[in-house]
Amino acid sequence: MPILSPSDAARVREMLADLPNPVRLVFFTQTLNCETCEPTKQILGEVADLSDQVTVEEHNLLLEQALAAGYGIDRAPAIAVVGARDHGIRFLGIPSGYEFMSLLDAIKVASAGDSGLNEASRAMLAGLESPLALEVFVTPT
Amino acid sequence: MAVESGKVTSFVVEASEYPDLVRKYHVSGVPKTIVNGTVEILGARPEEDFIRTAVGAAAPGASTVS
Repeated sequence: MPILSPSDAARVREMLADLPNPVRLVFFTQTLNCETCEPTKQILGEVADLSDQVTVEEHNLLLEQALAAGYGIDRAPAIAVVGARDHGIRFLGIPSGYEFMSLLDAIKVASAGDSGLNEASRAMLAGLESPLALEVFVTPT
Repeated sequence: MAVESGKVTSFVVEASEYPDLVRKYHVSGVPKTIVNGTVEILGARPEEDFIRTAVGAAAPGASTVS
């Protein structure tokens, strides 16, 4: 049974209709001790079914640790949202509730390769000389 | 921010799934953003305010902000 309702699926299809470039959802999962890995896989699959530009690339975290480490990932479920370039956008945990919208936004900006930030914000980031690692804690509701 | 600058990485963490990270960073409310593992930004901020704080956190000698 789908997680997305028919009306939600229609809205997602509309939101992703004009993606200019392909986006890969690089998904790290594991079979044991991961309650949300299967529902995460299902959500990502449903999203990919709604856009020709979105694909899911599934990997086993435990069997592909070196690949995961390359993405800075050491737990599951985890998703790297990768457009023409890997911009370093990651989701740890199931992207449900409000975070589902964040995932869709991430897909859109990764596809476009454009942050959508205003000029003042872009100027501040252009001057950045050191790495800046953000961890944004959220909840689904 | 991560799209705008190659220096930035952004991890969105579903707090209820990762209690170890919640404990590590003393997350008691969301959204809470941790910058470079040390500086914290509480709540949602206007775009420029958030970026100014985050970029400032990347500077040497930055201290905890809330």
